[in-house]
Amino acid sequence: MTTVAARPPAQKAPRRKRTSSGGGIGRYILIRFALIFPTIFILVSMVFWLMRATGDPITAALGGRLGPDQLAERIQAAGYDRPILVQYFEYLGQIFTGNFGTTISTNKPVTDVLLTSGVATAELVLYSLVVAFIIGIPLGLVAAYWRDKTPDAFLRIFAILAYATPVFFSALLLKLVFSVWLKVLPVAGRASTGSELQMQLLPGKTGIYTIDALQTGNPAILLDVVSHAVLPALALGLLTAGVFLRLVRTNVIGTLGADYVDSGRSRGVSEYRLVTKHAYRPALIPIITVIGLQIALLLSGAVLTETVFEWKGLGFQLAQFLTARDFVAVQGIVALLAVIVALSNFVVDIIAAVIDPRVRY
Amino acid sequence: MSTTTMVPGVRKRSLWSRLPVVAQLNQSVGLQRGMLVTGLVLTASFVLTAILAPLISPFGFSQLRDANGAFGAQNPPSASHLLGTTVGGYDVLSRVIWGAQTALMVIIIAVILSIFAGVLLGLVSGYFGGWLDRLFVVVFDAVYAFPSLLLAIVMSIVISGGRSNLIGGVLAAAISITTVFIPQYFRVIRAETVRIKAEAYVESARVLGASNSRIMFRHVLRNATRTLPLIFTLNASEAILTLAGLGFLGFGIEPSAAAEWGYDLNKAVSDVSSGIWWTALFPGVAIVLAVLGMTLVGESLNDLADPRLRGRRSVAKSSGVVAETSVAPGGTLTDESEVPQ
Repeated sequence: MTTVAARPPAQKAPRRKRTSSGGGIGRYILIRFALIFPTIFILVSMVFWLMRATGDPITAALGGRLGPDQLAERIQAAGYDRPILVQYFEYLGQIFTGNFGTTISTNKPVTDVLLTSGVATAELVLYSLVVAFIIGIPLGLVAAYWRDKTPDAFLRIFAILAYATPVFFSALLLKLVFSVWLKVLPVAGRASTGSELQMQLLPGKTGIYTIDALQTGNPAILLDVVSHAVLPALALGLLTAGVFLRLVRTNVIGTLGADYVDSGRSRGVSEYRLVTKHAYRPALIPIITVIGLQIALLLSGAVLTETVFEWKGLGFQLAQFLTARDFVAVQGIVALLAVIVALSNFVVDIIAAVIDPRVRY
Repeated sequence: MSTTTMVPGVRKRSLWSRLPVVAQLNQSVGLQRGMLVTGLVLTASFVLTAILAPLISPFGFSQLRDANGAFGAQNPPSASHLLGTTVGGYDVLSRVIWGAQTALMVIIIAVILSIFAGVLLGLVSGYFGGWLDRLFVVVFDAVYAFPSLLLAIVMSIVISGGRSNLIGGVLAAAISITTVFIPQYFRVIRAETVRIKAEAYVESARVLGASNSRIMFRHVLRNATRTLPLIFTLNASEAILTLAGLGFLGFGIEPSAAAEWGYDLNKAVSDVSSGIWWTALFPGVAIVLAVLGMTLVGESLNDLADPRLRGRRSVAKSSGVVAETSVAPGGTLTDESEVPQ
């Protein structure tokens, strides 16, 4: 009743031809997968050329501190004196093998930095998505059902406020109220030092603190980890919750007016069920598509949230490297984020295609 | 308003009531009108604050002392400093007021630049088509998918090396924001151009021997710009957020060159941990109010343009033919309002 029923295989000759040539989900996945590479290629190239337009990374990082001779020596050792096209192709080749270079300020492989802090960012983004779903979707349904009534008015104002508040400002406010004034939640970090030490000792540590805390089997550590995550997840989640709320509202308003909802109502289906099942399900497809776009927004937001809460993820590292003017590391982080965005958009498109057969090439 | 009494075939409505925002104001009712009016008031006060900053601000944005000596750092709000002083010893109220000016400058430059670049590229790409069009679409789609703040950071490194004076800083921020926005204008204008290109009047202009540039700028562009006021308001609010984000990460403008809300919030992070609230609260509230004003205007315009979201009672009031009242031809502007059949 909610999705389009599968068409009988043999109807008319032209129909049959169309389904045999363009319908397969497998073919769609292949085409969509192939499209990832140009996207990544364009973004990575853009970052490379833009960053190089400012000069070589060694001068940028160490310009004021080393003499011209030492600088030239370092530049030669790192290979930055070669023709830029050679460097460009070498860079592309390295990225293909997962090598993003070595940071200048800390002299570590960028890949290591990316792995350890990437996990932290992923954890934060996941938490905040959970917050966004829990807050955004039910409120969106409420706003759609009582459209143009008081609850809708308040919820729309809430959604616009959630968008209008910069994530670092809401983070600062949450921190001020809950950590400084009420003193119920920790000020910053991913866990307190004691818990972090215990988790470091684990043989099978994943870097995902929630899982590591579960592995220690110590409820105090789990509580510690979760309480550190509450405020960052709330700050970042509220931003996205506003988007989800508006999205659910708009789409459910559209489906609530559909004939099958009226027919459901005439059959005596409860209003609750009409909203949460009949109207909500078909409204899901555009929502899933937009989540793909949200990932870019969430990553931008994560950079700012992590800075406020000293959450040692990609964004926190990025801010540190930016201050140190370590552009090799910056370039690596930005390139990795480009790959993540391209991949997540791919996954979202596939999910949308699986749910809705009309969304295919 | 005489608009409601319009009868088909009688005079066109007056120019005043056909102006973009005025027309929608007449069309709106109830909550929607409330939102639109609130948005317009907030936006107007933001613009006024920005323009009148030299007159209404008690001190200069980089002033550290007056006749009574130095202001002192991190003083709580008092009679001489209504909103207190920052960790650097500046007056918070003055910096909040002057910050509006910086934000307004950046918005204006960023939006003008991106309208010009985005509209031109979209027009050319959509009108001529071919491999150039396909290349543009792929590149701008890739850029569009990228986290906007990171793109702005990279651009700001390229333009100014990350830190600079007033003119340089404002320009760097504006150009960084422009790069983020060009894909949006490009998409909208290109889609419109492709649609309009197939219209009969374009065909007849071509038959009459009009040149490509005449068709593009006279026949296509004029009909493709109806959606621009709407994207403009939504983008202006996003520009403030991006500017503040850049400033918060330390890519803003030096405090001695101009006041910038994001930079002030960055300096306030450590204050918050020690319970000093006034240095963070007021610049933050300023950002929220400015963004809120423009978002409310943009949202209301978007809703009024979308017949499905327009308040039901106002449908009868919405005068004129459909093509005249709908801002977004053929439906909606944003993906989020798409509805499956």
